[in-house]
Amino acid sequence: MNFTVPDSQSPAALPAQPPDARRRWMAALARADRASLEAAWRDLPERPGYRHLRQPEIGLAMVRGRMGGTGQRFNLGEMTVARATVRIDQGPEGAGAVGFGYVAGRDLRHAELAALFDALLQDDAHRPMLMAALIVPLERAAAEARTARERAIQASKVEFFTMVRSRE
Amino acid sequence: MNETLSPGFADPVGAAQATFRAVLTALSEPGKLLELELAPDLGFRPPAPLGLAAAAIALSLLDGDTPLWCDPASRPATPSLRFHTGAPLVETPESARFALIADPALLPSLAAFDAGSDEYPDRSATLIIEVAAFGPRATGGTALVLRGPGIPERRSLAVRGLPAGFLAEWRANHARFPRGVDVILTAGAQLAGLPRSTLIEEL
Repeated sequence: MNFTVPDSQSPAALPAQPPDARRRWMAALARADRASLEAAWRDLPERPGYRHLRQPEIGLAMVRGRMGGTGQRFNLGEMTVARATVRIDQGPEGAGAVGFGYVAGRDLRHAELAALFDALLQDDAHRPMLMAALIVPLERAAAEARTARERAIQASKVEFFTMVRSRE
Repeated sequence: MNETLSPGFADPVGAAQATFRAVLTALSEPGKLLELELAPDLGFRPPAPLGLAAAAIALSLLDGDTPLWCDPASRPATPSLRFHTGAPLVETPESARFALIADPALLPSLAAFDAGSDEYPDRSATLIIEVAAFGPRATGGTALVLRGPGIPERRSLAVRGLPAGFLAEWRANHARFPRGVDVILTAGAQLAGLPRSTLIEEL
């Protein structure tokens, strides 16, 4: 199955929050490891009921790039993506926020958890607590992991010196 | 906005296969009344105002390559259909590959839909029309007699809620074979197929 990223005209894709804020937490949730999301979900004071609007599923998404960020678009290749869409139950009518989770790889539960937290984060009552308790630590952990990896790579860095190229 | 998204199939592969099988039977045995059974699929809710069969057919057959036209009555269901299938919505009937009609009284002329070409008669529109009722429940409806491929001798089908003038339209649609549109009639969980090869007369 090939995924198409929800386009901006679909009402489902309209963000309830300023896009930057939502993009920030969706990115943090997608990059988090599943265990920390599972723990955060378990530690929630009250876990809401939810139903799947779209069952968690695995598919392919085309990754596109631009040479130098400005050139012609080209297809880099396809990557495996797991996604899920949930709606949180709220009140007797049961029409809460809709959350989307798109996660690299094949971890369906990770996608489901990311979707659940995306739905919760759209709720003004939950957002401050979740941002402080979940998103900020996730971002910090991701930044630390990145720094550690950069440092490890830096240690093995080899400098190459090339002669002036012949045709120039 | 969130209320407009309804859950898709809980078992996407199984439910889509069961629905596809039903559509295949409906179109190969025109006028045969079928009941779609998605009983194990408890999570599935057809988006209002569509019935179970119409919604299941849409979810099974639509994708990003099938332009969809919805009549004004079925517009409330379009956010869900776009979300689940990714089908592009079109404004005019003639550019649609599939058409959803929830209010048959306002059905545009069948000639308004894409009938395919003589070279590619398969590139035509399929209409999913939600009628009021079929069979014994269709009291006060029209009793149709069907003949043609897939029907031994003749088959009768009672339908309530077909628009006035549908039979005349259908005769014109049948006459331009191999071009023409195919119709799937639905009512709740029931469906019956009317491929372009079928001759319809009123009893």
